Amino acid sequence: MTSIEITPILEVKNLTKTFGNHTVLKGIDLTVNSGDVIAIIGPSGCGKSTFLRCLNCMEDPSGGTILFRGENLVDMKVDINKHRQHIGMVFQQFNLFNNKTVLENITLAPVHVQKTELNKKKCKNFFIRLKNLFKKEKTPLEEIDVTLAEIKAKAEEKAFELLKKVGLEDKANVYPSTLSGGQKQRIAIIRALAMEPDVMLFDEPTSALDPEMVGEVLKVMTELAKDGMTMVVVTHEMGFAKEVADRIIFMSEGVIKEENTPDEFFSNPKDERLKDFLSKVL
Amino acid sequence: MDWATKWEKFLSTMESEYFQKLLLDGLSNTVKVAVLGLIIGIFIGTLIAVVKVAPKYKLFSRILDKICSVYVALFRGTPMVVQLLLAYYVMLPSLGVKEVNSLTVGIIVFGMNSGAYVSEIMRGGINSVDVGQMEAGRAMGLSYSTTMTKIVIPQAIKNILPTLGNEFITLIKETSVLSFITVYDLYTALSTIGSKNYEKMVPYLVMAVIYIVLVLLITLGVRLIENAFAKSDKNATEKTQEKENA
Repeated sequence: MTSIEITPILEVKNLTKTFGNHTVLKGIDLTVNSGDVIAIIGPSGCGKSTFLRCLNCMEDPSGGTILFRGENLVDMKVDINKHRQHIGMVFQQFNLFNNKTVLENITLAPVHVQKTELNKKKCKNFFIRLKNLFKKEKTPLEEIDVTLAEIKAKAEEKAFELLKKVGLEDKANVYPSTLSGGQKQRIAIIRALAMEPDVMLFDEPTSALDPEMVGEVLKVMTELAKDGMTMVVVTHEMGFAKEVADRIIFMSEGVIKEENTPDEFFSNPKDERLKDFLSKVL
Repeated sequence: MDWATKWEKFLSTMESEYFQKLLLDGLSNTVKVAVLGLIIGIFIGTLIAVVKVAPKYKLFSRILDKICSVYVALFRGTPMVVQLLLAYYVMLPSLGVKEVNSLTVGIIVFGMNSGAYVSEIMRGGINSVDVGQMEAGRAMGLSYSTTMTKIVIPQAIKNILPTLGNEFITLIKETSVLSFITVYDLYTALSTIGSKNYEKMVPYLVMAVIYIVLVLLITLGVRLIENAFAKSDKNATEKTQEKENA
């Protein structure tokens, strides 16, 4: 085996979160390496969703550090929006934008981000031109190699590519309210993928679905994992965790009780609380 | 009572071009003040509503919030007439402003007054949009303001359209107090027409009919806009209807 250099994408150290007097997370450490698929399971109310939402600061952590690509997200000075563009998130309730068509849902964020960059450059060029009027030595302009139309066209092309991947290319121009839960969640997944994230966070992606729709969403996620996407998944789907995850984490009462490979996790659980939990769900 | 003669008198008055122009001017001023007032009102109201619902981590946003509360309290706490009088006869002279168009003052005061009411309507509208919409936008790296303007506010406006229509109707009718600051509105126009030969019964009736027609037109317009907006959840409503029928 050739040794591949494994670099941590996310490094969580001693993460805590309190709501008022209630401490939900009591110091969590986790390292997510590139290509890892990590499943987080645990009884309800144990803080697993809160933990996931802390990873992209949807909930502001109360303490500890989250290193994402070398920068601490807990630091208030960090431009969190910049980093969130590289962290995809999929919600339990899908949260597709109701006032946008499926295609607009997918292209909105990528187009907006690139458009903002383009406008910034244009603005800069304007001032450079203005200054050049009064200077002998002309400052070169910033290079602009794309137009807004190109950005849009590219984003749409990519959107259709992704839609094809999940078999929903005929739904590009409909509104989310006309879709089934499973379809919505598949769109939500590729909406996050359109930003080409480094890591994807899934917050119980199948919990709000009819049982017969769970399969189609899990299939997309399994394919995603096979393609090498780094994923952190909060789930109640034990089968999915067993088949797809590289590591499984069991959380209870705001701490990680056990972290292990799927085989060890299910065949040889060590923690008492985990044994109890598994006996109830399996 | 001889309605036929009264009606004759009114018609003969209206034959003169001067009075026709007066009526049209009055009508156009009334519509201008209401429409522009509502547009300014929606703008101010949305700003206030966003300030009110935005998270208040920083001192600046808390101060802004307080300022907005005072604004709303002032404009909702006094009648429109008082606001018009204060603006036109107290504020402008004391600021030394001369030769200001009373219509402009009317539009601005109506806009600011309406802003106070629309802010509360809009706040309700924004709160009625599922928090998940904001979360999804933020999770993709869009800023608070981008998510607000592109995702949340369009949905909020869709939800509050009927209430906004109500506000518009209130504004149209409230314009009848514009005469206090010498604006020629519908009321002043018809009142003047009536003064021509001391026959005011028909002009007042005509005035009522014009207001009713205006309000009906607004109601129709709001319904048309609602239908246009409803295309995004047309199928959803159909489905719920099917469920109810089943």
